[in-house]
Amino acid sequence: MTVKLVLRDKEYEVKPGMTLLDSLKKTGVLPESVIASRDGELILEDEILRDGEVIKLIAVISGGSGD
Amino acid sequence: MKCKTCGGKAAVNLKQHRLALCKEHFLEWMPEQTARFIKKYWMFGPDEKILVAVSGGKDSLSLWDILWRLGYHVDGLYLGLGIDEGISYSEESHRLTEKFAAERGLKLHVVDVEKTYGHSIPMLAQKTLRGHGKPCSVCGLTKRHEMNRIARDMGYDVLATGHNLDDEAAVLFGNTLTWSQDFLLRQAPVLPESDGLARKVKPLCRFYEKEMTAYAILRGIEYIYEECPFATGSTSIYYKELLNRLENDRPGAKMIFYISFLEAKSNGLFVEHQKVKPVLNNCPTCGQPTSSTGECSFCRMTNKVSDQSSVISLK
Repeated sequence: MTVKLVLRDKEYEVKPGMTLLDSLKKTGVLPESVIASRDGELILEDEILRDGEVIKLIAVISGGSGD
Repeated sequence: MKCKTCGGKAAVNLKQHRLALCKEHFLEWMPEQTARFIKKYWMFGPDEKILVAVSGGKDSLSLWDILWRLGYHVDGLYLGLGIDEGISYSEESHRLTEKFAAERGLKLHVVDVEKTYGHSIPMLAQKTLRGHGKPCSVCGLTKRHEMNRIARDMGYDVLATGHNLDDEAAVLFGNTLTWSQDFLLRQAPVLPESDGLARKVKPLCRFYEKEMTAYAILRGIEYIYEECPFATGSTSIYYKELLNRLENDRPGAKMIFYISFLEAKSNGLFVEHQKVKPVLNNCPTCGQPTSSTGECSFCRMTNKVSDQSSVISLK
């Protein structure tokens, strides 16, 4: 009975029935730093996560010299 | 959460604006807002020729897409930096940029730094003291030089870059920590053209990085997701993370930080300092403006590396 969150090469498991926001807080991923998608569709922080699904987290920060 | 425009399921929640939008209305909202900022900051007019610097990343490709959709005459410039680091970073960035341009029938200029100057960015960084072994400083210097050269030589009116609000807030944060007056003075959505220097504009400077990522994904733009291997652990990323922690607790904090700075500056925060204008000379080698009395920093760097190579080959 888990939901999998995948961020780059890291995977986190959380309980189903939580909101995306709560699951991010639980795993220590800063909500401002990621976008979440389910089956290719973007989902928001109030979305309830369902058993067995895989949520892809997309990192939004890029950096470097800034030129 | 529902779209404020149509009541459908929202795909993006812009907390700092208290605005949630569905895919369709977010993809309409982004170009509309970009057009608003282009006018607000007097970036360029409808008949001007724009060169957009593209890296293959989400911001620059999205900027090119938006300006093209708004009907501007906009071409792209890709600089091949020669960064591999086991993930073919530059090669993949180049491929994605070419693909983007080809799909839309857009004109792309490509400058390969190694083919043009004999050394890739990592090679240049190794051979100079600039940046103490990290190539970011050499990369920044080279990009500024080459972007200006191509914009000027190819007759573009303006050079556009994909800096977003997070980029600008991170730079501002760093410069505020040290109260670097010169850098604070120069940070703006528009840097006007002057003798030999193209006008530089940042049409995305009011969008959060998260919005730019959402735009690229929802628009179906394939961009390089991998971070530049040399950017890992960089100060700019560290500042962005700090600001995102603040944003998480106080939605809108990043936006207020940046916009308040622009307003304070336009209200005369740096008036006294503005009276002193640096004297610019023309570099005797490339002709570009420089504050130095001899060659510009870029030409000094490439000449130094060439001299070293000659000595090594003679040995």
